[in-house]
Amino acid sequence: MTEPVLYLDGVSVVFDGFKALNSLSLIVDAGELRAIIGPNGAGKTTMMDVITGKTRPTAGVVRFREHDLTKLDEATIANLGIGRKFQKPTMFDALTVFENLELALKAPRGPFSCLRWVLTGEARRRIEAVMEEVGLASRAQDRAAILSHGQRQWLEIGMLLMQDPELLLVDEPVAGMTDQETEHTAALLVRIAGERSVVVVEHDLEFVRALGSKVTVLCEGSMLSEGSIDHVQNDPRVIEVYLGR
Amino acid sequence: MSASLAAPAPGGFGRMTLRLVLIGAVLLLAMLPALNRLPADSALHVSDFIVSITGKWITYAILALAIDLAWGYAGILSLGHGAFFALGGYAIGMHLMRLIGPRGVYGHPVLPDFMVFLGYRELPWYWLGFDHFPFAILMAVAVPGLLAGIVGYLAFRSRITGVYLSIITQALTYALMLAFFRNDMGFGGNNGFTDFKELLGMPLNTPTARSALFYASLLLLLAALWLCSSITRSKLGRVLVAIRDAESRVRFLGYDVTQHKLFVFVLSAMIAGLAGALYVPQVGIINPGEFSPGNSIEAVIWVAVGGRGTLVGALLGAFSVNALKTWLTTVAPDLWLFALGGLFVAVTLFLPRGLIGLFSKAPK
Repeated sequence: MTEPVLYLDGVSVVFDGFKALNSLSLIVDAGELRAIIGPNGAGKTTMMDVITGKTRPTAGVVRFREHDLTKLDEATIANLGIGRKFQKPTMFDALTVFENLELALKAPRGPFSCLRWVLTGEARRRIEAVMEEVGLASRAQDRAAILSHGQRQWLEIGMLLMQDPELLLVDEPVAGMTDQETEHTAALLVRIAGERSVVVVEHDLEFVRALGSKVTVLCEGSMLSEGSIDHVQNDPRVIEVYLGR
Repeated sequence: MSASLAAPAPGGFGRMTLRLVLIGAVLLLAMLPALNRLPADSALHVSDFIVSITGKWITYAILALAIDLAWGYAGILSLGHGAFFALGGYAIGMHLMRLIGPRGVYGHPVLPDFMVFLGYRELPWYWLGFDHFPFAILMAVAVPGLLAGIVGYLAFRSRITGVYLSIITQALTYALMLAFFRNDMGFGGNNGFTDFKELLGMPLNTPTARSALFYASLLLLLAALWLCSSITRSKLGRVLVAIRDAESRVRFLGYDVTQHKLFVFVLSAMIAGLAGALYVPQVGIINPGEFSPGNSIEAVIWVAVGGRGTLVGALLGAFSVNALKTWLTTVAPDLWLFALGGLFVAVTLFLPRGLIGLFSKAPK
């Protein structure tokens, strides 16, 4: 029995009396691809905030391997090996695609290390390989500000890959993508999982089906159902709160 | 693929052109003290006034560069950089006071005039060491750096950003002004320090001292420009821009934002301190008025007018606004503050990229 990579137990987050997460438990194994679905306000983004150190849980255990994430800040958690893609693609508009990826590349992060940083051939090849993978090779020298929405999503996934994380948290990766782009993204995430654990939050059920992974359904801050996509789609509780509407 | 290494040129106006204009401007500046030595009836003669005022503007340009590094690149809008400048000025001022020695009005062998006047028996402990020039220069860098380190650490660690940080820095310079106005601080109260005699054996207010200070300022300007541009062209520069544009995203990439901001804020304060240390011997006086909040705001306006986020823009702004100020305060002194305010509003509305934006195309 291998240790889970991510372990959440009884996690609650209360904002001014509103329970964003209500005793949520979730276990993600090494190399696992997990999809998380749920209606708006189910607590999906809050869960990501808790894992990445943006929000402190009111109660509960959040562990990444042996680390207690409730006591660490965002930068430390990121350096432990948790990468996050935001719901709204967030990158550095004033910098080029290449520079955005270069900043994300796993390397010493202190000011003096950054000052002395020299782009080695190996680093360049890694950046070029990722640009190739996410289909932005021809846009290397374009500023991120001028990319299309889909391309921004790709760039952010690329930045995640550059960080070489053990666990990727991917919030709505295919929002605003065409069908073809969506398919491509699903294939990419499936390929990434295996070497790393990937948690995907998504509304698009076709996309979740294409991932072919275990699905966790959240509702009102706790887990409602878990299993294959067919299992959860036929779960009467899920149909009632989410799919039936 | 080597093209991807080169930082994009600041707009359409090529790097080469920019460099040539800069070299030309530096050479022109470097000639001023020499032209000052020509006979007064020569067509190329430059007056003492021009040399001393340009020397002063150079120190302002260094201050502008320091502000631009923190604000234009890392997004830290300090409205208190005048305090770091003034502290550097006070450090060298203390040295200049010590050099007066027994030549003061009261003729006391050790104590500066104001201390005799205020009944001091001996030199306060924090004046020790200031009789040595290297110590004074060290303090002109270390004191602003330390203060920026403490204030910056507390503010950045608590994630105080934007206007709140600006207000704190503004309060900092105001508090220092009030403190330095007090006679019992031991810094000459509201009169500050003046009547300086010499520096490094050179009597001040002589052509030799004027040109030496002028060239020292010009060298410092070039050194600061080199330092700032090697930072902005490094990956650190790109991290700073990233912090400016999306601070929390940088944290999720694993960068300790506090460390990066602190680095740039402290460095910027140190550069400002050195600029102040070169300013005071050139103007011959330092008093608590240098801490006044308006000075810091004015310096930020130089950067905004010139074009923040481009180092050359900061220099352009410092020289052009001060040239305007010198002219306008002679012609219509009452209008200056209105003009400065109007300039700031006009630049914000019509030239968001500053004067430098006039010469370069919008970024693609």
